[in-house]
Amino acid sequence: MVPQREMPVVLRARNLVKTYRMGEVEVVALRGVDLDLYEGELVVLVGASGSGKSTLLNILGGLDAATSGDVHYREHDLTIADDDKLTAYRREHVGFVFQFYNLIPSLTARENVALVTDIADDPMAPEDALALVDLAERMDHFPSELSGGEQQRVAIARAIAKRPELLLCDEPTGALDYQTGQVVLAVIDRINRELGATTAVITHNAPIARMADRTIRMGDGRIREITVNADRVPPSELTW
Amino acid sequence: MSALGTKLVRDLRRLLGQALTIALVVACGIASYVTLRSAYASLLAARDGYYTSCRFADVFAHVRRAPESVAGRIAAIPGVAVAETRLVEPVMIPIEGLPEPATGRVVSLPRGGEPRLNALALRAGRTLDSSHPDEALLIESFARAHHLEPGARLSVVMNGVLRTVTVVGIVLSPEYVMAVGGGAGQEFAPEDKRFAVFFMDRDAVAPLFDKEGAFDDVSLRLQPGASELRVRDELDALLAPYGGVGSVGRSRQPSAFFVDNELSQLETYATVAPMLFLGVAAFLVNVVLSRLVHLQRPQIATLKALGYDRVRIGLHYLELVLVIVALGAVGGVALGAWLGRGMLGLYEPYFRFPDLSYRLDASLAAVGILVSGGSAVLGGLAVVVRVVRLPPAEAMQPEAPPTYEPSLLERMGVAALLSPEGRMVLRELTRRPLRVALSVAGIACGVAIVVVGGFTFDAFEGMLDLEFETAERHDVAVSFIEPVRASAVRELSSLPGVLAAEPLRAVPVRLRVGHRFHETAVLGHPEGAELRRVVEWPWRVVPVAADGVVLADALARKLGVSVGDTVSVEVLEGDRRVRTALVTGIVGEVFGMMAHMQLPALHRMLGQEPAISTVLLRIDPAAEELVDQRLKRFPKVASVGKRAQSLELFRRQSAENMRVTAVILTLFGCAIAVAIVYNNARIALSVRGRDLASLRVLGFTRREISGVLLGELATYVVLALPLGMWLGRGLVVLMMSTVDAEIYRLPVVVSSATYAFGVATTLVAALVSALVVRRKLDELDLVSALKARE
Repeated sequence: MVPQREMPVVLRARNLVKTYRMGEVEVVALRGVDLDLYEGELVVLVGASGSGKSTLLNILGGLDAATSGDVHYREHDLTIADDDKLTAYRREHVGFVFQFYNLIPSLTARENVALVTDIADDPMAPEDALALVDLAERMDHFPSELSGGEQQRVAIARAIAKRPELLLCDEPTGALDYQTGQVVLAVIDRINRELGATTAVITHNAPIARMADRTIRMGDGRIREITVNADRVPPSELTW
Repeated sequence: MSALGTKLVRDLRRLLGQALTIALVVACGIASYVTLRSAYASLLAARDGYYTSCRFADVFAHVRRAPESVAGRIAAIPGVAVAETRLVEPVMIPIEGLPEPATGRVVSLPRGGEPRLNALALRAGRTLDSSHPDEALLIESFARAHHLEPGARLSVVMNGVLRTVTVVGIVLSPEYVMAVGGGAGQEFAPEDKRFAVFFMDRDAVAPLFDKEGAFDDVSLRLQPGASELRVRDELDALLAPYGGVGSVGRSRQPSAFFVDNELSQLETYATVAPMLFLGVAAFLVNVVLSRLVHLQRPQIATLKALGYDRVRIGLHYLELVLVIVALGAVGGVALGAWLGRGMLGLYEPYFRFPDLSYRLDASLAAVGILVSGGSAVLGGLAVVVRVVRLPPAEAMQPEAPPTYEPSLLERMGVAALLSPEGRMVLRELTRRPLRVALSVAGIACGVAIVVVGGFTFDAFEGMLDLEFETAERHDVAVSFIEPVRASAVRELSSLPGVLAAEPLRAVPVRLRVGHRFHETAVLGHPEGAELRRVVEWPWRVVPVAADGVVLADALARKLGVSVGDTVSVEVLEGDRRVRTALVTGIVGEVFGMMAHMQLPALHRMLGQEPAISTVLLRIDPAAEELVDQRLKRFPKVASVGKRAQSLELFRRQSAENMRVTAVILTLFGCAIAVAIVYNNARIALSVRGRDLASLRVLGFTRREISGVLLGELATYVVLALPLGMWLGRGLVVLMMSTVDAEIYRLPVVVSSATYAFGVATTLVAALVSALVVRRKLDELDLVSALKARE
């Protein structure tokens, strides 16, 4: 991959703080995070559970709002965006992959993808998106008829069908076994290379980080370390 | 179709059972509203349309005999627009096969046949030809009962002479919409085949009754804005020298009075009950739909995460709700129209309107649909709005588990007595009080509605029992044309077969307090009366004080008086002087709005010698025929009423219609109760499926997890039953408090059988739902239930 620092910044986060109230106690999920994501790169966020990585990803993807600090998507300030602007941001620019897939159970694979292509500006055909994740043959199956890995690939197809600039994956292999997880990561890797979407993957499996351009290590609500990988290791060679 | 559209179709298919039962609740709510309101509105429209088109008079008066010259003076009374005199004479019609002759009257028509007031509607045949004095038009009810066609010849006793009349036409009259014989105390309509009305040319009638150049009946139409009371007072004063017995307004015209009362009875049902059913159905649909949509919380969040905006998501769920409501609405309006038409048909034999056609006002259906639909939409969309407002990241998480803490019951040591499942049930119930409250309230509404439906049966039987067994204990009531001397009691009691005889005096009066007044009769009772007692609900005989007047509570309410107040009594017969009387008692009578006094007090007030208008007899059943024959020969007898006949007629007419109404309401109530219990069970299963699967994984048996879920449902039902019974009674009180009908008022009585029926309906619904849920629990897929977040 080209040296990232010469690429334009897609997402810029500065001094992000996020606190939740859980009953009586106040939980601080992010304690001042600064981060830039560059066009076309693939980053992996690693860290123990509770380190703040999901919270960060949710804020970057417009699923949640920071308590303070600011986030810019290119020249747009997401911090001051209202619900409608955030919705439009997600609809036009962001593809999500969730740990538990979040497919609509009453819709087939193709229809789940169509859910996104129905409302996107310049989507690919649902069939093409499913072909990209090697599910062309199973597109008329319902989620309940698909394995976990297949469901996650449907979720990826759904995320990429709108040709997003950002692909955000929260523990995409978290609910999958090792081999299935490898397949899913390979799909994400390929999509990143072929479509050039800036991709962020959350995992708690440190070895997965080797597939990334950069690894961001989080702990206790802060970024502990950012590592630039000289070479991306193909997911098929990863073990964890 | 868009993917969201596909989701809608699939969701509906998956929720078919629940969607259909919710639609059923909507349909029942709308149908009960449309049925009763449309039947009522159709009757009202038929009445008003008829009265207008036939120029039904505003005031009616009867005199013994007045010269025609008085007619001009009547027309000159300020406020009178039209005055029309005529002859109305009693007749008898011997009928083959009937032991007693039918009674009836002949009413004169002006030359030319077309009266200016109370026009007839010709149903068959032709109008009168004045060159044939034997021609008559016959009222349709009698013609139908005896299968008489135009051309039929009848023997009629007129003024003691048997004459033959030729029926040339069959007619309806606004004065005989319900064919009522009239006469004080004759509250109930006689059978059709025993009561005839003939309309004949005045020139033909007058010589038969020696009333040429005279009249004995007058009808008035008032000018707009004229005071009916003032006109009537002048009219009565004018007619008193000619034997006037007091005029009546249209509301007291016997047929109109009965029609209005039937309508006001129906109104009791048609006003409150449909609103109640509609409201309860709307509330239930609101609760159920909000639960149903709530189950889709993760999907709503996902849609939002994918970039669907609030409006799109809102519309999607709006469509889901609207499809269900539309299903119910179409079914409800169609069912309501069908039943409404059927109900109207029930009134057809009794309400003789020329045009009793069913009309369903679009606004009526619209109200039903708007209330149900609005409430359903609110219920469903409130949840969507709540979920959409959350950041998707939060909404996609399962809801944070509520804080557990040992409930008060547990701290009291109850939990120690419970199994682990029992404790789970207890905690589930205590930690979600709102959900429990709504579920219990929903099921209780189901119970209550069944109770409201069933109440009518109880109340009717209670009321009939009170009136016809406890209050009236005579067999025969002999009424006289005018008050007779008290010795008549002695004479009648000496007839063979008569076991007991008691006098009764009925005096027509206008009771007035300030600007409020009511026209009724004061009944004078002998001291220690046994055959006609004053009783109040529930089954209490109220003694009439030696002084003062006792009022029915509905009458007291209307006049706004209580015990110790004074009412002015305008006597509408005899010298028509105004007296005052002290209210010494108020009695919760279910029949009539009358005033009661002891005979001596009544005579003192009137300043008259003792006189009576009715004698009540108890007779030996074996001697009934003999007594009948003797009574017929007794002088001045106006009518002989049989209590058993009155009861039967009343049952047939009023009771039958009310019974049908009650059956309809009860069925709707049952359907609503069943649908609610079923939906509660299904939703509990959806909400708790994951927890229950976890329990199964931990090694709980099917039986044990069923225990947890069904224990929860059973608790809802058990809590709902007493609440529902209480609520049902409350609704009955509310319903009955809205209308003070004059003829009868249903007492607030709910029998244990009705409560039991409400409880049983709910329990059966619960049992069936439990079986369905139990089967679903057996099919619970442990692994996927644990994995899937949905």
